[in-house]
Amino acid sequence: MKPAPFVHHAPRTVDETVAVLADVGHDGKVLAGGQSLVPLLNMRLASPGHLVDVNGVDGLDAVDVTDASVRVGALVRHAGLERDPAAFAALPLLRQALRNVAHPAIRNRGTTVGSIAHADPAGEMPAVLVLTDGVVEVVSSRSRREVAARDFFLGPLETTLAQDELVEAVRFARLAPGTRTAFLESARRHGDYAMAGVAVAVEVVDGEVRSARASFVSVTPVPTVLDLAPALGGAATGAPLRAAVADDLVALVRDHVEPEGDIHATAGYRRMLAAELTKRALGAALAEDAEGAA
Amino acid sequence: MSADATTGGGTHGEPTAEVLHRIRLRVNGVQRTAQAPARRLLSDFLRHDLRLTGTHVGCEHGVCGACTVLVDGQPMRSCLMFAVTAQAHEITTIEGIGNDPEAMSPVQQAFAECHGLQCGFCTPGFVTTITAYLDGNPDPTPEDAREAISGNLCRCTGYQNIVAAVSRAAEIRRERRSPGVDGAPVDDSRVGP
Repeated sequence: MKPAPFVHHAPRTVDETVAVLADVGHDGKVLAGGQSLVPLLNMRLASPGHLVDVNGVDGLDAVDVTDASVRVGALVRHAGLERDPAAFAALPLLRQALRNVAHPAIRNRGTTVGSIAHADPAGEMPAVLVLTDGVVEVVSSRSRREVAARDFFLGPLETTLAQDELVEAVRFARLAPGTRTAFLESARRHGDYAMAGVAVAVEVVDGEVRSARASFVSVTPVPTVLDLAPALGGAATGAPLRAAVADDLVALVRDHVEPEGDIHATAGYRRMLAAELTKRALGAALAEDAEGAA
Repeated sequence: MSADATTGGGTHGEPTAEVLHRIRLRVNGVQRTAQAPARRLLSDFLRHDLRLTGTHVGCEHGVCGACTVLVDGQPMRSCLMFAVTAQAHEITTIEGIGNDPEAMSPVQQAFAECHGLQCGFCTPGFVTTITAYLDGNPDPTPEDAREAISGNLCRCTGYQNIVAAVSRAAEIRRERRSPGVDGAPVDDSRVGP
């Protein structure tokens, strides 16, 4: 239960960071918040020879809100983003989801970008990034590139990141005016890994649903967006979902998700949970007093 | 690699020599220094190298909360941080919150009054967590109290008395802040900035 020995690198700039990453190659790993990585090291499920500790790198801890996006630097802690008033005003879904990320003590240290680079299917923020059509800003000593969130995740714990690349920031795209959002998940104990979770974004114009989309936690191998519009014909704000709509919605979600069973829940239970949570999340997003309703 | 790293003998029975770092850490308001390899967890650095054994180590993967310390006043898992990374921060352990049975902190006193502990193994993590929580939420409902301690495991108490202790600690903080009541001290005796 102790990490294997490693060489600790403490770069002060992004340039130094990517130079070290290029130098150590496949034997290197970036350490930011470490709330997923250090457990893996402690249990020796991973034993990289080099840890590139970016906690002292300048300029990675900013949250920048523009008309188009909320840009989150690689050292922004979950708790910092959760509390950020400008980020909340621009994209309420961020705080709605972040409240569900582990426990407060973990959110105080863990970074949102780290959780995205880690690409755990049980992670909340990858699902949110994909739902907002977000972008991952990647830098290496060779080049700088931007990857659309939908192309970034390849499989559980697997992304398009090369071994010498650093995620410098991610950009969550802001949603169209009038878009309402909600995030719900179910875990055995609040803050534990969710058995299933869902983020929804519903665009409402003149009281009518124009578009509705969802992405999921713990029930798909990578976060993908499901278009809920085919099930939502005629749904309106402030009214409960009609039974027929709800049935269609359940069928749509059950077809989309690919859960696996484990000690906490069977695949069938997770599938049911994903559908039920989607119904409830839509209900919450369509309620008159929905958070962030515009 | 840190500029003041030196090579020394391995620890914990590792056969190969490991680079040792001279780690400077401000703990409970005191500047401390010790040599340790980069892989030394903050929890082990506090316990083994600085002999501050009040911080307990339970699961070592962030689940149980027993090792929670305050980093710049915020609760964090000391088993999920390396000491070498923690150098930039001010650490407060249970010893810094209160280390005198005659002058317990509000949270410690509340745990004693409410029987919020039995074996005591998880208690340092609860006390650090609740101390920081009450700084930001001085008047929690019992529901808030449950949420506040949701990241800490206790295998003895069944949590009821710990939830009661959160509310009682909030009361004690208010009592101590009202000057003149039974000659109670005005501050809540937390050490550190």
